[in-house]
Amino acid sequence: MLSPELGHYALALACVLAAVQGIIPLIGASRRDARLMALAPGLAIGQMIALGVSFLSLIYAAVTDDFSVQNIAENSAVSKPLLYKITGVWGNHEGSILLWALILGLCGAAVAAFGRNLPSALRARVIAVLGLVATGFELFCLTTSDPFARIWPAPMDGQGMNPLLQDPGLAFHPPILYTGYVGFAVPFAFAIAALIEGRVDAAWGRWVRPWAVAAWCFLTCGIAMGSWWSYYVLGWGGYWFWDPVENASLIPWLTGTALIHSAIVVEKREALKIWTVLLAIATFSFSLSGTFLVRSGILNSVHAFANDPARGVFILGLLGVVIGGSLALFAYRAPTLTAGGLFAPISREGALVLNNILLCSLCAVVLTGTMYPPFMSLLFDRTISVGKPFFDATTIPLALPLFIFMGFGPMLPWKRAQLWPVLQKLWLAAIVAALACAVAVFELSGVLAILCAAAALWVIAASVTDLAERTKLFRVPVATSLQRARMLPRAIIGTAIAHAGVGITVLGLAAMSQAQHKIVEVPIGTTEQLAGYDWTLKAVEQEPGPNYTAMVATLEVRRNGRLVTVMHPSKRSFNSQNQTTTDVAIHTNMLADLYGVLGDRHGPDTSPTYVLRLHYNPLAPWMWLGALIMAFGGALSLSDRRMRVGAPQRAKPTPASTSVA
Amino acid sequence: MTRKTRRLWLVLACVACLGTAAALILRAFSSDIVFFVTPSQVEASPPPADRTVKLGGMVVAGSVKREKHGETPVATFAVTDGQAAVTVQYEGILPDLFREGQSVVAIGTVKPPHGFVASEVLAKHDETYMPKEVAEALKKSGKWDPRFGPPPSAASWNTMTVQDAGKSLSAPAPAN
Repeated sequence: MLSPELGHYALALACVLAAVQGIIPLIGASRRDARLMALAPGLAIGQMIALGVSFLSLIYAAVTDDFSVQNIAENSAVSKPLLYKITGVWGNHEGSILLWALILGLCGAAVAAFGRNLPSALRARVIAVLGLVATGFELFCLTTSDPFARIWPAPMDGQGMNPLLQDPGLAFHPPILYTGYVGFAVPFAFAIAALIEGRVDAAWGRWVRPWAVAAWCFLTCGIAMGSWWSYYVLGWGGYWFWDPVENASLIPWLTGTALIHSAIVVEKREALKIWTVLLAIATFSFSLSGTFLVRSGILNSVHAFANDPARGVFILGLLGVVIGGSLALFAYRAPTLTAGGLFAPISREGALVLNNILLCSLCAVVLTGTMYPPFMSLLFDRTISVGKPFFDATTIPLALPLFIFMGFGPMLPWKRAQLWPVLQKLWLAAIVAALACAVAVFELSGVLAILCAAAALWVIAASVTDLAERTKLFRVPVATSLQRARMLPRAIIGTAIAHAGVGITVLGLAAMSQAQHKIVEVPIGTTEQLAGYDWTLKAVEQEPGPNYTAMVATLEVRRNGRLVTVMHPSKRSFNSQNQTTTDVAIHTNMLADLYGVLGDRHGPDTSPTYVLRLHYNPLAPWMWLGALIMAFGGALSLSDRRMRVGAPQRAKPTPASTSVA
Repeated sequence: MTRKTRRLWLVLACVACLGTAAALILRAFSSDIVFFVTPSQVEASPPPADRTVKLGGMVVAGSVKREKHGETPVATFAVTDGQAAVTVQYEGILPDLFREGQSVVAIGTVKPPHGFVASEVLAKHDETYMPKEVAEALKKSGKWDPRFGPPPSAASWNTMTVQDAGKSLSAPAPAN
C-alpha cells in the first residue's frame, strides 16, 4: 500500500496544502474573516499527515529493499541491519530534506494543536508563515531532490552505506539536531506575524518563549550528540573540530540562547522588542543557511555549485527569499513598533542585555572565522584555513566575562538593583571560584584553561547559591526550605540548573585542554605508561563480523598493579567498499576517559608490531553531561505554570495548555 | 539616571564588546591563520619555522617509509605537486584513508634538516575525491587537466615535463 508513488503523491499534496496554508489564513487575517482564519489549523494538520504518509512510504521502501527507488539503491543494501535501513533514510541528502520538511510540518501542526489560546489572527498568521516556508522546502524536495525517483533497470542489491554512518549515535543525531534547527521556525513565524500585525507586547514574549526554549533544548542536545559522535567514532581523541559544519550548528545556538534570554525582557518589561524580533529572524536564518549552504558544500567549494546547478540556484533563491524577505519586512515595519523603555544598567534586564551583547559578539567571532576562508578564496584566490588556535584565542576571552556575569544575573532584582547586596550573597561562590583558581594553577597549564576552570566553578557555585538563597537553606529549618523549594517557580529552578550545566560543560572543556596522549608501535606483551596507568597489549585477534572483518586488540589497563579495565579497540575492514574504520575503546569512570585506538599492523608475521594510540582525557564526559543538564534545565522551565498558562493580557484567560513536549 | 545616560551605558557596552571581539579577531588573524602551500612554494620560499602551514599534494608512490624511533612510529613520505617534492615526517598513526599516489594534506611546520614536520595528516577522500586545494594546485602546474580523466600516477610527476603531460593527456582527445 505504501508505494513510492503514494509517497511522491503525498509529498506533492503536502506542498499544495502548505501553499494554501500560507495564503488563505493571511488573507483571512487581513480581512478579519474568521472563516478563512479558521482554516489554518486544519490545513497545518493535514499537511503534517500528508508528510507523515510520504515519510512512512520512504521508510517502507527502505525496509522492504525496494532498489527500484534510486535513493534506496544508492544508500541501502540487503545486508544492512534493519535499524540502519530505517535510519539510513535520513542519512542522505534527499531523505534529510524530507525529514526537514516533516519536522517543519510537525511544528505547524503543534502550533495548530497547542496554540488555542492565541488570538485567532496571530495564530492564523503564524501558521501561514510556517506554511510559506514549508512550501519552499517541499518544492525544493519535489523539483531538485526527489527521494522517490525510480531507476530502471532496478539493481539486485543496493550500494550500501558509508560504514562510518552505521552507528546508533549518528542514526538519532540528525532528527534531534533538525528538530532544533527547524524548531526556531516557530519563533521566526511569530516574529513575522508580529511584524505584519505591527504589534509586539508582553503577551507576545510569553507566547514565543516556550517555542524558543523547546527548540533550544533540542539544538543543545543535537550539538552535544554530534560532538560525542565525533569523539567516539572518528577516533582522533578530540571532540570539536571547528569545521564549518560544526560552526553552522553553533552559530544559531548562540543567537538562540540570546533569544531565549531577550524574550524574558519582552515578557517582563516590554522592552527589547525590536531586538527580540530581529534575533528570532536571525536565529532561523542562521539555522537555514547553516544546514543548506554549509552542508551542501557550496561555501566550502565553489565547485559544488557546478555539480548540481539547479539545486544550488534553488537553495540560494530560497534562502534569498526567506532571509531577504523577512529582513526587508523587518526594515519596513520595525520603526512602527513602539520602542520599549530604557533601563538602569545594574538590574536583571541590564544583565540580560549584557548577556545578549556578549553572545552576539561571540556569534560574530564564530561567523567571521567560518566565513573568512571561503571569502578569501573567492575574492582573492588565497587558500587559508582557521582552526582551533584562532577560535581559542578569540572566543575564550569573550566567553569569560559572560560566565562571570552569569553568576550575578539571576540574583539581580528587576528594574533597579544594588550590586553590593548581591555580592554579599555571593561571597561563598567567590571563595569557591578563588580556591578553584588556586587549585587550577597547580593542576592545569595555560592561563585561559585556569581562568575557564575558575569561571566554571563560579557559575556552578553561584547557581547553587541562588537556589539556596531563595529557599533560605540553613537559615530556616530544612523542612521549611524544602517547602519553599516546592513553591519556587520551575523556571527559576530550570535557570539555575541550565546555568550549572554551562559550568559543568566549561569545566570539562578546561580539563580536556590537559588531555595526554601517546602514540607507540609495540609488539604484543609490551606495557606502556600514560597518566599513571599501565597499558598492556595482551593480544590481537582477527574476528569476522556481519559485513567486515575486525582486528581486535586486548588492552589491559592497570593502576598500581590493580586491574582497572580490559579494553578492546579494533580496526574493521569492510569487504564491500574497501574501507577501514577504527573502533575506539573507551573506559570512563566519569572523572576521566581512558581512550584506546588500534592502528596498523607492521613487521613480519612471526613478530608483528602494532601501532597504538592511547589517550587520557580528564573530565571528558562532563562536556556532554553539562549539555544534557542545560537541556534538562530548559525542559524543566518549560513545565513552569507561568509558561503554560496562556496570555491573559490579550486573549480571554483560558486554562488551555501551550506546553510543548 | 536620565534616559541619555542609560542610552550611553548601552552604547558603551556594545562598543566595548564588539570592539574587543574585533581586536581579538584581528590579532588572531595575524598569528593563527593557516595558509595552504604547495611543495613548489615550499621549495621556492620556505615559510618561517614557527609558522604552521597546510601542505597539500599527492603522496609519491613508493616514497612511504615507516620507522621506529624508540617505540614511537615515524612515517616519512614525499608529497608532490608535480613541480617539486617535499619530504614529510610524521609521528603517529596515518589516517585510514592514507594511500600512496593519492592526495593528502599535512599540517605542520617546515624544519630545514627534516623537511616538513607534520603534526597532523589528513586524507579525507575516497578514490574519486581530491581536496579542492590539491586539485587546483595540480591544474595550475599543468600536470593534470580534469577533462581528460583521473590524475596521472604521482610517481611520474617530478620527471614528467609539462609538454609530456600535454602529450599524454591529449592522446585520448581525438576520441571525443
